[in-house]
Amino acid sequence: MSDMKSMSDKTPSSPERRHFINAATVAAGVTLVPGVMLIEVAHGRPEDQAASSAVRWGMLVDATKCATGCDECVSACSTENGWTPVAESQHKKQAPQWIRKLELQDPLTQLETNLPMMCQHCAEPPCVDVCPTGASFKRADGIVLVNRHTCIGCRYCMMACPYKARSLVHEPLNDTQKPDVPRGVGCVEACTFCVQKVDRGDGTTACVEACTAAGHNALVFGDMNDPESEISKRLRELPTKQVRADLNLNLGVRYHGI
Amino acid sequence: MAGKIKRLLALGAVVLTTAALAWAGSEDQPKAGGAPKPVITKATKGEHCVEPNDFMRRNHMKVLLHHRDETVLEGIRTKKYSLKECINCHASEKTGSVAASKDDFCVSCHSYAAVKIDCFDCHSTKPQGSMAMHPLNAETAHYAHKLAAQANSKVSAEEMAGVAQ
Amino acid sequence: MASITFREVEGSSLKYWALFGGIGLFVLFGFLSYLYMHHHGHVVTGMDNQIVWGLPHVFAVFLIVAASGALNVASIASVFNKPMYKPLAPLSAILALALMLGGLLVLVLDLGRSDRLIVAMTHFNFKSMFTWNVFLYSGFFGLVGIYLWTMLDRNVKAYSKAAGTAAFIWRLTLTTGTGSLFGFLIARELYGTSMLAPMFIIMSFSYGLAIYLMVLVAAYAWTGRTLGDAVMMRLKSLLAVFVAAALYFVVVYHMTNLYFTKMHSVEAFILRDGGILTTLFWVGQIVIGCVIPLVILLSGLGKQRAWIMIASALIVLGGIAQMYVTIIGAQAYPLDMFPGMTVKSSFYDGVVHGYAPSMPELFLGLGGVAIALLVTTFAVKVLRLLPASLDDATVAKLEH
Repeated sequence: MSDMKSMSDKTPSSPERRHFINAATVAAGVTLVPGVMLIEVAHGRPEDQAASSAVRWGMLVDATKCATGCDECVSACSTENGWTPVAESQHKKQAPQWIRKLELQDPLTQLETNLPMMCQHCAEPPCVDVCPTGASFKRADGIVLVNRHTCIGCRYCMMACPYKARSLVHEPLNDTQKPDVPRGVGCVEACTFCVQKVDRGDGTTACVEACTAAGHNALVFGDMNDPESEISKRLRELPTKQVRADLNLNLGVRYHGI
Repeated sequence: MAGKIKRLLALGAVVLTTAALAWAGSEDQPKAGGAPKPVITKATKGEHCVEPNDFMRRNHMKVLLHHRDETVLEGIRTKKYSLKECINCHASEKTGSVAASKDDFCVSCHSYAAVKIDCFDCHSTKPQGSMAMHPLNAETAHYAHKLAAQANSKVSAEEMAGVAQ
Repeated sequence: MASITFREVEGSSLKYWALFGGIGLFVLFGFLSYLYMHHHGHVVTGMDNQIVWGLPHVFAVFLIVAASGALNVASIASVFNKPMYKPLAPLSAILALALMLGGLLVLVLDLGRSDRLIVAMTHFNFKSMFTWNVFLYSGFFGLVGIYLWTMLDRNVKAYSKAAGTAAFIWRLTLTTGTGSLFGFLIARELYGTSMLAPMFIIMSFSYGLAIYLMVLVAAYAWTGRTLGDAVMMRLKSLLAVFVAAALYFVVVYHMTNLYFTKMHSVEAFILRDGGILTTLFWVGQIVIGCVIPLVILLSGLGKQRAWIMIASALIVLGGIAQMYVTIIGAQAYPLDMFPGMTVKSSFYDGVVHGYAPSMPELFLGLGGVAIALLVTTFAVKVLRLLPASLDDATVAKLEH
């Protein structure tokens, strides 16, 4: 991991350099395997076993490492989960965005902060509270999901979410969905913490993989209940905040540097 | 050997079709010129379904419903009774889908029985990895923009393959 | 106490059927709009992931709120024992049912998956205010239906007071629930306050009564029956009180917000910088919906029936403006996730969000209004809801 970290400090400048970094990422993927394997051993559960409340999936966002203008996490999410990137959408205002980059600036100090914003996977999710049919639910392992079989598209959850994390699918998708990621017109959707990858035992999400591959290492995913997990260790060291902590929703996504 | 299997398959197809027709037509056979009979294509993979055909014809919706709730709510992802596995085996060779054309596995029977399928409003009708031949499949496509960005720096086929793996 | 003769409206004239057909046309437009929206998805509407509830909800919530208010006249008669209002009660009850039906249809037909209504009827999450409203709405139909029955059938007349009281308590709860749909939301600055529940109740009084008055006057004028001034003067004074009370709640609500620094920017948005929303607030909700009607109703103008009608129409328009400001305004203002910071994103964070309602949305909403009017028009033809005469002499006898 240490060599990965040092790599992130170098910014790719020329195309050749980018090319090198890209090839290196593939190599890094291989060197990373032991670490990934460790996580798998810890959390990969048999496919016939239900998600357990002993695990709480969470994410650490290190905003100090999140690069200006970089949207690797966003495009990785769109590819993994099959939603059309907003730039390619015919109807930009109505296009779903499971994850988005926010650019913050303090008007007084001019300090700029970049960070990804997505479903915060609250322990006390307002969307789950307000959902009339119970379609919006929190899985035992802390992942907040929409059960599209019972979602009636009332959008009350979108009214209730303080993070604007949810989108309604406004137009028919015409069989462009990924086999692993069902989505449909008239239903509400949001970041799932790549639940299909988590259940497969990948122990990570598409956005985290992409951020790591790009060398930024701004995102860490893992089990916040396991004191030995990387995320737990990092959360012990780094001061983090929850967005709108005043609401006391106990978020699954923690931000450093905001 | 191969000939024997072919014969068996053909026999199986005949038996399946007859059984389906007998079931679908139940008491009174529709007169000639009525609704076209459902086309039931043999699954592209495997020897037999997860349950006997008779059972599946009558109960596939029940087992799918049960499995769907376990999967969505609890994260149980067993393969038996999983819709994804149905699609993996039953996608038509022609369209690569279970519901793209009127003769595809799911649509064929459902339109005959006049039962609306709600599944494919949200679920893909195609098997996983149907794009596998493409160097950028579902798992790696997020490198697409990178490759595009380096279009000038010439990415070799080997590198693409490396990414795809 | 003198008895009152109720009689069906003849309803065979060309005028009646022209009215019926005209309203029916709007019902048809509403239905076609629904089919169009349902076929293409919400992409053909002006709604998006920022303004998630649009014009259909403005109409739906307005109709639902007005429905419970329309029941007031009946409640005054049976719950508060005012015999003068007794002959007015059946129309009040049917109007309440009709408005509720119109509002619910709009709400339901705007769902992303309106084909799954059965799911909403079979899966419940009791922590959701929406779920409670599902029960409150169904109960409203049941109770007001029974109440109407006790008014129309002599055999069960003895239960009228009990049914009326139950319906009255239920309608107060119902509007509390409707206001709490918004009151129980933590995410947006303008919601998340218990003020919304009583404010919606008092608004329901004024919207419901305004609609009731218009329907009453129209029904009597078009059927050539006599409607005395005694009834009108009572009702218009009551209407003035309700409008003033609603205005009072709006003032208190905004004054409270203005005291809190964290609410300054959102209040500035509604009251000063919100463009069309600010205009709708000041011109629509306050001036047209409250000030002008109050001036009319409390001045000498209020003695003339035409002016009472104008005031009622203005209250209804103001009510729709109020719902627009309440529902759209709170969503148009960006969520404040990072207080004190400016925010930019591809998802319209940190910017005030525009909303341009589309034709299908407008016609879906109007379709709800049309359904309510159509049901009422039909009901007065087939049921004995309207007294044959409400001249001053007949009404005066009731008081003794």
